[in-house]
Amino acid sequence: MTAAAKTPATMPYDVHAVRADFPILSRQVHGRPLVYLDSAASAQKPRHVIDTMTEVMTAEYANVHRGVHWLSAAATRRFEEARTKVARFLNAAEDREIVFTRNATEAVNLVASSWGRANLREGDEVVISWLEHHANIVPWQMLRAEKGIVLKVVPVDDRGALVMEEYERLLASPRVRLVAMTAMSNALGTITPIAEVIELAHARGIPVLVDGCQAVTHLGVDVRALDCDFLVLSGHKLYGPTGVGVLYGKAELLSQMPPYQGGGDMIARVTFEETTFKDIPQRFEAGTPAIVEVIGLGAAIDYVSGLGLDRIRAHEQDVFDYASRRLQELNSVRVVGTAPERAGILSFTMEDVHPHDLATILDRSGVAVRAGHHCAQPLMDRFGVPATARASFGLYSTREEVDALVAGLERVREIFG
Amino acid sequence: MSDELRDLYQEVILDHGRHPRNHRHPEDPTHHARGDNPMCGDRVEVFLTLRDGVIADAAFEGRGCAISVASASMMTELVAGKTPEAAEALFRGFQALCTGADHTHLPDVDASDMERLEVMSGVRQFPMRVKCATLAWHTLSAAMAGADRASSETDGGKS
Repeated sequence: MTAAAKTPATMPYDVHAVRADFPILSRQVHGRPLVYLDSAASAQKPRHVIDTMTEVMTAEYANVHRGVHWLSAAATRRFEEARTKVARFLNAAEDREIVFTRNATEAVNLVASSWGRANLREGDEVVISWLEHHANIVPWQMLRAEKGIVLKVVPVDDRGALVMEEYERLLASPRVRLVAMTAMSNALGTITPIAEVIELAHARGIPVLVDGCQAVTHLGVDVRALDCDFLVLSGHKLYGPTGVGVLYGKAELLSQMPPYQGGGDMIARVTFEETTFKDIPQRFEAGTPAIVEVIGLGAAIDYVSGLGLDRIRAHEQDVFDYASRRLQELNSVRVVGTAPERAGILSFTMEDVHPHDLATILDRSGVAVRAGHHCAQPLMDRFGVPATARASFGLYSTREEVDALVAGLERVREIFG
Repeated sequence: MSDELRDLYQEVILDHGRHPRNHRHPEDPTHHARGDNPMCGDRVEVFLTLRDGVIADAAFEGRGCAISVASASMMTELVAGKTPEAAEALFRGFQALCTGADHTHLPDVDASDMERLEVMSGVRQFPMRVKCATLAWHTLSAAMAGADRASSETDGGKS
């Protein structure tokens, strides 16, 4: 696959060899080497993903699940192989528990629309947390408008850690029907005690949907060990292409759920009087799927697995710890979110400088950070800031890039005085 | 530091950003509107007191980046004493200035006002920041039109 991949677990992590696998990392921005610290928004793509997608379109592309012809069979095989790769990556019990969606947002909407409409009625409660991305807030609010469900929100403390006593208190209500919670905050990097969250919910017979967008990338997720009922993830944050996300659902739950969208590929038989639907997962995959992107996601998983999630995590932790130390040295910088369990993401503000201005100045030194509310406005309100700057790391990030960030921040200070 | 950054963050802008003028909530404004920049979550609220057909007082409240606060601050100074039509004309001139379009031949735009706004023209080199500069003006325009909401989304770009 590449020089960097398929290395034994004992080998030291050669981040420079890894970086050579990502063509975009060698480009310049504003005449400076690119320092990409926005992987939490979207990760860059390794050559293996790019090449695989090109190769599919060049040699093995046709529509899937349809034609009798050779190409369609070849494309279908590769498409379904990708499903197997995702299932193994998450340690799902069966391939049919993997539903391909457009993105993680669509996966949450699928559960809200299908499972939610079928199972929730007025007064039923869905428990989320202050750490949620808008994608795990708004679909439930839409369901609230439609069905009159009640949203309960688990607070976070001043460090950005989940207040578990409050969670237990909310769970005690007999009306709770679902917990929908992130395993890792995209805005603060907080790792939530998701295993405990699930255990407590299950003790009361309440199913749990996990937003795994950040966790699958930075920590790795084993859905059977966690015993989560649903998990959503985004392909493009996992070094795969955009346009593909995943809903994992336990087969017994998915099997009972009505279709989400109607159309081709999800039907067993259609007459004008009646339509019968296919079994899972195709029941939830109406229309031609993102064939090339799904196969690209499979390639991304191969790449990540080849490097080894444990080694990636150790490397990212080193860069994260180094960045935390370096930012602490800057007097005017305040890190937002200081929970003891964090990874991969550092949110911060600088005294008297709006994050937007900070990001513009950093950008001119080639340093790409996100400035804004990170699709988590309630959380920003909780910390009394309209926005933060966010540096997020990936398997290709280096200490040198952290140094470039710090140098950029010193330049911001020069301009703003 | 790049010259483009120097052009963007001129001392005048930093000063207006740090010490915004007319940053207050008047008691009885005749017109007001709220503006949102969905991209960064920034907000501005513009309050106008129209008397005898002119803007007797313009003020704003809000939070935002140096560019958006400086722009709002300068705006409140410039539109005071103007008719809504003249303020609207100046808004058009300012939009042209921010996007690099020709603004020298626009009708009804006061040349000396444009000269004062010229300090904001560095934003041209930063297309992602044009919305920051124009948010307050969009909100002013909405307030004068009797709308209560404005969004910076109309200036193109993506959130």
